[in-house]
Amino acid sequence: MELPPSHHSATRAAALAACYVSYRRGSPGRGLALRTVRSGRRQDIDGVGRKYCLELVLEDVLDKDSPVNCTAEVLHHLGNKNIAPDVQFTIEGELKNTDEADNIFYNRIKSLEKELVAENIPDNHGNTSPEMEPIRLLAWVASGYVIWQNSTENTKFQLAQIKHVKQVKRSDEYLEFDYMILLHEMVSQEIIPWQMTVLWHPQHGVQVTQESRQPKHASE
Amino acid sequence: MSSCSSIPKEGPESWKPGGDGRRTHPLLPAACWMACFSPPEQKLVDEEKKAMAKPSKTKRSGSTFNFASYHTIDEIYDWMDTLVADHPDLVSKLQIGQSYENRSLYVLKFSTGGSNRSAIWLDTGIHSREWITQATGAWTANKIAEEYGQDPSVTAVLDSMDIFLEIIANPDGFAYTHSSNRMWRKTRSINAGSHCIGVDPNRNWDAGFGGSGSSSNPCSETYRGPYAHSEREVKAIADFILGHGNVKLVISIHSYSQMLLYPYGYKTAPAPDHQELNEVAKKAVSDLAAVYGTKYTYGSIVNSIYLAAGTTIDWTYDHGVKYSFTLELRDTGYYGFLLPSTQIIPTATETWAALLDIMVHVLEHPY
Repeated sequence: MELPPSHHSATRAAALAACYVSYRRGSPGRGLALRTVRSGRRQDIDGVGRKYCLELVLEDVLDKDSPVNCTAEVLHHLGNKNIAPDVQFTIEGELKNTDEADNIFYNRIKSLEKELVAENIPDNHGNTSPEMEPIRLLAWVASGYVIWQNSTENTKFQLAQIKHVKQVKRSDEYLEFDYMILLHEMVSQEIIPWQMTVLWHPQHGVQVTQESRQPKHASE
Repeated sequence: MSSCSSIPKEGPESWKPGGDGRRTHPLLPAACWMACFSPPEQKLVDEEKKAMAKPSKTKRSGSTFNFASYHTIDEIYDWMDTLVADHPDLVSKLQIGQSYENRSLYVLKFSTGGSNRSAIWLDTGIHSREWITQATGAWTANKIAEEYGQDPSVTAVLDSMDIFLEIIANPDGFAYTHSSNRMWRKTRSINAGSHCIGVDPNRNWDAGFGGSGSSSNPCSETYRGPYAHSEREVKAIADFILGHGNVKLVISIHSYSQMLLYPYGYKTAPAPDHQELNEVAKKAVSDLAAVYGTKYTYGSIVNSIYLAAGTTIDWTYDHGVKYSFTLELRDTGYYGFLLPSTQIIPTATETWAALLDIMVHVLEHPY
């Protein structure tokens, strides 16, 4: 059945799909976000689950003048809610090449004498220093994985803030960061602390090797 | 008998002398009036005295207030006084009650006179972490004051209607976002029997109260509260609107999502006026987009976001305010609640286009 693009079942599926695309195609030099939902269809498949077929417009958060058309399918499985939904997508055209920015960031971190540590990105006023922008984008991309893995038809997650990030020393060529992030879940309106361990290399993309929901802070 | 502190302190025109020369208020038993507070004229006189005491040669202006940055509650409350001082014929400040922690609930009234004219109610900051809304509220207040007499639409609206704007609808929450937890949403009231604090002020209204889309758990961000209007912050607005009796438009401003919403949230049945509200929303969103290209979606709360029981605009709509809207401002999630201050003025500017649109429609469609 055709869904109005502004209906919440379409927008939730679209947000999920966009997170997945962001995870698969993002880097510290490229963050993709959902701009609009052009169309949505929903189909119940007996014995399997519920499928959403979506036409989306994404945008590069660093270059809002170049929207990206995308078609995606999201399949929520029947029954076991612990299985992540299946997502498939096709992007129209080519994404901007980010090799130069990625390599600059990679070399900068590799040459740090002490492991990087930072807090509150963006800060409470929404500001992110230029040096921290790639750290932020890396979290945006990695949170796409976390959100994809933990979404249902009744959730809509967004990355709210990085509370803490710590670089983990590695002997191989990968960069590793241990993040404590806050996810905003829009249906319940909860702010949920989440830990994620992120690996990245310019040629090997972003990997989340560990992620776990954390208890809300007792004082809040 | 309703609480005295929740009776709005309206201008002198709403007070009539009784047969014995004592002033009475149409809604207030005399005993309550005598016991509760001094005549509202006194408060206005005091404000006038303060304004006049300033050196007449220096034009005291609010121009030191930077609309492009986020401010504390004290900074905003101080600036509100300068706005009133700068526009004494147009703007006044009312107190409609107190928060749980006894902070004043202030409302700016924009009026060119008349007696209990049709009114527009705007509120920002009911969810304290939505900082772009209080910032937009301040900018908008200033804009209204600046544009009266300059912009034909603003002038037409204010020549017939009053505007009430509550910039910090949840001051306790707002103070808490500055002092302790930037992501605090609710009020700061203590919940009996629970270590968790606060009630969601947008689930506390008496419209489908207690239904799906609100929580009975005090630890939840959508906790509805022990009963409808349990929160002083909510009751103050409800009592004001009921007491005023002539409010024709309510716009409750939130963030984020970039949406313009109308009732209902507590049920899936379409509001009787949904067709007209939809048309108004469609035009407002289009005019907003014309400013910087920012795309908003629009629709009923229940279709656009979720079932939500006990919301502000469901209550106002069910109490005779046909034009009841909620705005969800920028952005769509990349910054979320942490919208950079560089986006305050662009957000407020584009939102203004939508607000003015809706206000003009209401002016041209009296009911």
